[in-house]
Amino acid sequence: MFKEPTNKSKVFIHITLIIGAIAMITPFIWMILTSGKTQAESTMIPPQIFPENFQWENYKNVWGALPFIKFYWNTGVMIAGRVLFSTLFSAMAAFAVAKLEFPGKNIFFMLVLTQMMIPAQIFITPQYLLVQNMGLLNTTTALIIPGIVSAFGTFLLRQFFLQLPDDMMEAAKVDGASIGEIFFKIYLPLARSGLVSLGIFTALFAYKDLMWPLIANISQDKMSLSAGITTLQGQFTTNYPELMAGSVISIAPMVILYIIFQKQFIEGIASTGGK
Amino acid sequence: MSIQSRAKSKNISHGNREKRSMMFWGWMLIAPTLIGLLILNIIPVIQTLIMSFQNVSTFGESTWVFFDNYKRLFEDPKFWLSLKNTLLYGIIQVPITVALSTLAAVLLNQKIKGVEVYRVIYFLPMIAAPAAVAMVWRWMYSSDYGLINSFLKFLGFSGNIEWLYNPQVVIWSLIIVGIWSNVGYNMILLLSGLQEIPKSYYEAADLDGAGTVQQFFKITLPLLTPQLFFVLVTSIISAFQVFDLIFVMFEATNPALSKVQSLVYQFYNETFILDDKGYGAAIVIILVVLIMIVTVIQLIGQKKWVNYD
Repeated sequence: MFKEPTNKSKVFIHITLIIGAIAMITPFIWMILTSGKTQAESTMIPPQIFPENFQWENYKNVWGALPFIKFYWNTGVMIAGRVLFSTLFSAMAAFAVAKLEFPGKNIFFMLVLTQMMIPAQIFITPQYLLVQNMGLLNTTTALIIPGIVSAFGTFLLRQFFLQLPDDMMEAAKVDGASIGEIFFKIYLPLARSGLVSLGIFTALFAYKDLMWPLIANISQDKMSLSAGITTLQGQFTTNYPELMAGSVISIAPMVILYIIFQKQFIEGIASTGGK
Repeated sequence: MSIQSRAKSKNISHGNREKRSMMFWGWMLIAPTLIGLLILNIIPVIQTLIMSFQNVSTFGESTWVFFDNYKRLFEDPKFWLSLKNTLLYGIIQVPITVALSTLAAVLLNQKIKGVEVYRVIYFLPMIAAPAAVAMVWRWMYSSDYGLINSFLKFLGFSGNIEWLYNPQVVIWSLIIVGIWSNVGYNMILLLSGLQEIPKSYYEAADLDGAGTVQQFFKITLPLLTPQLFFVLVTSIISAFQVFDLIFVMFEATNPALSKVQSLVYQFYNETFILDDKGYGAAIVIILVVLIMIVTVIQLIGQKKWVNYD
């Protein structure tokens, strides 16, 4: 199969892939095209594909109707908080599980595996009550809390640390370095690709998280992007050009980051699955 | 004390000190994750289980009702519908998604131009917030002005399908979006599996005169089974938890909602809209049991078809 495919089969491969690509990208193109139409243009039969004049008005209206700057800020804080804490804590725990011997280690690792297998909905009501009791509902902190530690991250980074040799540890010990120093100065930098993968994975899923932001923060000022735009529908029920403008505003930052860092995104996600 | 035994005892105390320092650092390093997991995950599992046997009032006072929540569930036609919708969605969406992801991954693993571009486009749905995705699909599904009905009309069909309101159709509308959202992600996972298959296998098969189709079934598919198994298990687990798309595509007053709402949607609704946390907890427990059963069946079944070597 690694020999060059024949020209005939190449054509067939490209046709199949292009049909798939059209199916994948059409909703995004339609989103952008609709966001530039007047309401009359959007409801033509048969549909008018391109707007006569691109209606930037729609963007202005939506931008004025919802506090998007706050949504961006809240989402940014949520992502930064979850990525920083969960990556650091997971790396620490993963290093301990992979490279140290101590009583309780296996029980801890079983706990990690168990958590990974349980669907998240089972945690959500008690987490909500906990955050409520701490008086943190409707705060950006609330958005971070469920993602502060990560069993999955611990599991993933453990794989990375297992691949690193043990003898660096022995050598550093002879030189009198403590285990903490060995972790931070030697092993942590070497696990960088694992940390980046986990960071991307955490950021993407924090950005896509809907149920937790929806229940934890009901005051609009404290909403994340994904929860915030669900309130658009209430305001612009059937004004689809403006709904689509809101959608474009909400997905643009992530899509731009993705296009710039596509390699890291795709390889990062690929390394979080499979083996 | 002889010199030898002194050296020996020094060694032991050195070893003990090292053991103690390892234990100290081990516990220090796992502490944040351990405490976090206990507070945010392990204790909540127990709390949810307890809650499912209680009636929890708005102000957090709970009274024991034992199996009442579960009894109510089994008599609730809405619950049976949610269960049916969840199963239907998982059973139809996942195999189609996995089949299409495999096809896309195999095609992208060929020596052709533009692989990078295809990869970026196929993965794009994974990047967008589900609320935005659901909103644009809702618009495309619009029966009068939607792109999909217009396209069907263009192809010569009647093109007046009520994608969002016809009770017989709604689950399919959800399945289509589900497939669209997940193909790229699974494709990436499968593609990295394909890239690990040694090229020499194909070269040998070429020498033996095996054709492309034969190579696919004799080499590619068997060697891809570990990734296929992983993708299948994780896809079913996440399909059984479908919520976001339903929440945004079908408004709460949509009369066809009961034909598309999932267990997680019903859990959300009972717990956070109707504020019946005990009843919601019972729904979640059923969901967890369902997912566990299906996962265990897959783990047992894998021996029959997954190739580890």
